[in-house]
Amino acid sequence: MVHTLRQTSGTTLTSRENWGTLFLILPALVFIASWFLIPLGQLFALSLSSEAGPLASYAELIGSSVFRRVFVNTMVLACIVTIICVVLAYPTAYLLTKLRGFWFSVALYCVLVPFWISVLVRTFSWMLLLERNGPINSFLMYSGITTSPINMLFNNFSVYLGMVHVLLPYAIFPMYSSMLRVDNRLLQASEGLGARGTTTFLRVYLPLTMPGVLAGGAFVLLLALGFYITPTLLGGLQNLTAAMLIDNFVNERLVWPLAAAASFILLGLVLGILALASKFLSLGSLVGMR
Amino acid sequence: MAKSAESGVQVSFRNVGKDFGSVRALDPISLDIRSGEFLTLLGPSGSGKTTLLNIAAGFLSPDTGQVLLGERDVTHVPPRDRNIGMVFQNYALFPNLNVGENVAYGLKVRKYPKAQVEALVTKALNMVQLGGYAGRAIQQLSGGQQQRVALARAMVIQPDVLLMDEPLGALDRQLRKHVQLEIRRLHLAAPRTTISVTHDQEEAMVMSDRVAIMSQGRIEQIGTPHELYATPKNTFVARFLGESNILPVFVLGEKDGQISFTIDGSDGVWSASAGNTSVTGAASLLVRPERLQIAERGQPGLAGRVAEVVYLGELTARRVTLDCGKELWMRSMSASPADVGDRIEVRWRGADARVLSS
Repeated sequence: MVHTLRQTSGTTLTSRENWGTLFLILPALVFIASWFLIPLGQLFALSLSSEAGPLASYAELIGSSVFRRVFVNTMVLACIVTIICVVLAYPTAYLLTKLRGFWFSVALYCVLVPFWISVLVRTFSWMLLLERNGPINSFLMYSGITTSPINMLFNNFSVYLGMVHVLLPYAIFPMYSSMLRVDNRLLQASEGLGARGTTTFLRVYLPLTMPGVLAGGAFVLLLALGFYITPTLLGGLQNLTAAMLIDNFVNERLVWPLAAAASFILLGLVLGILALASKFLSLGSLVGMR
Repeated sequence: MAKSAESGVQVSFRNVGKDFGSVRALDPISLDIRSGEFLTLLGPSGSGKTTLLNIAAGFLSPDTGQVLLGERDVTHVPPRDRNIGMVFQNYALFPNLNVGENVAYGLKVRKYPKAQVEALVTKALNMVQLGGYAGRAIQQLSGGQQQRVALARAMVIQPDVLLMDEPLGALDRQLRKHVQLEIRRLHLAAPRTTISVTHDQEEAMVMSDRVAIMSQGRIEQIGTPHELYATPKNTFVARFLGESNILPVFVLGEKDGQISFTIDGSDGVWSASAGNTSVTGAASLLVRPERLQIAERGQPGLAGRVAEVVYLGELTARRVTLDCGKELWMRSMSASPADVGDRIEVRWRGADARVLSS
């Protein structure tokens, strides 16, 4: 009887706990609903509110070759930045797993500190560094490598450089955490079975760290697709991205339905990539959980 | 049987020593493992047994001395060129490969032709009774099955030496007993030079041809399980292998291999066989619980009282508190009548007890 009583009160407690949990997340729910979901709905309504008819904005965008080219540009830019980030991040993350003590702290802060500085500040810094009369050009001319200043600003080079710089940590950390999870004995087992370093890397280490590579790559790709400040400040006219186009619709041409529709096309693209990515890895591993 | 024993390679450690910083992991050790022999390194954690195994595998290099596989000095040869098979404590199976691919790994690395790889993998999986499991994912297997995959993966490459690090440590007790016998049978069917590391005395006794008992970076004693159990060199070995009663004694003299001594706190002169060549003065008497008997009327015995009776099925264990204050455990067939509180006298035959220098 005592047991039954305790069990009954136990279940009551559990359902009470459920209500408690709901109560605890309620502020977050209200916040997300009022500051994100409702505005998103309003934005969607806006995208359908063109005077020419509900789907006119979408039709105009998809029909326009300029818009299509800007979207392709954005995709290409994001993909190239992602590839560069992944290639640079993998050895960096590996180095982080191998360092200990003082040098680990140094390396970790080299990755983290830029991460903490505002994107705007970092982008302006690149502008100063890459200028015609900036320190890099001065050095190159002083050391005789070139006689006239090199154009390093407002082109693909400066956009890639700036975006990779900003996005690199997003690729490094998921890779780092997946590398930490690799059991050293697996590498010993491979070596014990007669495998050379490259074989062990290709057949054991790389496959086991692939979730981290995919997670980091997906992170960078998604962020790069919506990048605005860096390509705006460091890019030239040929580096127009979707985010810049939306800004143009809002601030220059004042066609808000078009801007809203473009935003939703971009959002659709991002969600599509996210869905594709989640086929290969759990969303939890995207944020380094397991 | 004899053929594979001959083709196996003897392992020699010659003055192999290793320090980790200021901690001495191995006092320089010399040890030979015969072709086709199954040797177990048995000891508590921190005794240096895993260090010695890792030196044999090449994952650690010794500070002093040499490691020989057959005639070959492999002290500075990396693990991949030693042709060893290693079974890791938690098996270290590649989680990204399935059962068949795990077993095939060493063969593919050795560039065996595809058909031969398949045939050998099938054979190896059949050997460990996992035929038909080649396509399974590692995560789908139970602990015991993973253990057998690890064994197949290590043995399929026909290693000169098989090394096992706590191979049964992760299995539950029931399964462990089964796999011990299984490994013993596989070894007897095709003897291969094997070094196994464990802290489980039963595992060591069941599987090994010889056992080396290690403590604090040294080998205390090496011998067949029977030798170690029946004739331990010191109290550490006696305590580590099997149950033992150890009483402090004072040696009076030796005659024909029998040592006469007094037991602290009780009257009379007793005798037992000599455990060491020269025991004098204060020493320790070792009597195994199953060698203790209840003395019949008229026989000399140590007086005491039964303090506890534990029923173990075919055997009954009794804790006896002697009048001198010391305690002894005895095990006998369940029929004997002494119950808790009964006064009894215990005795042993001279050949069944040993006096060891303490």
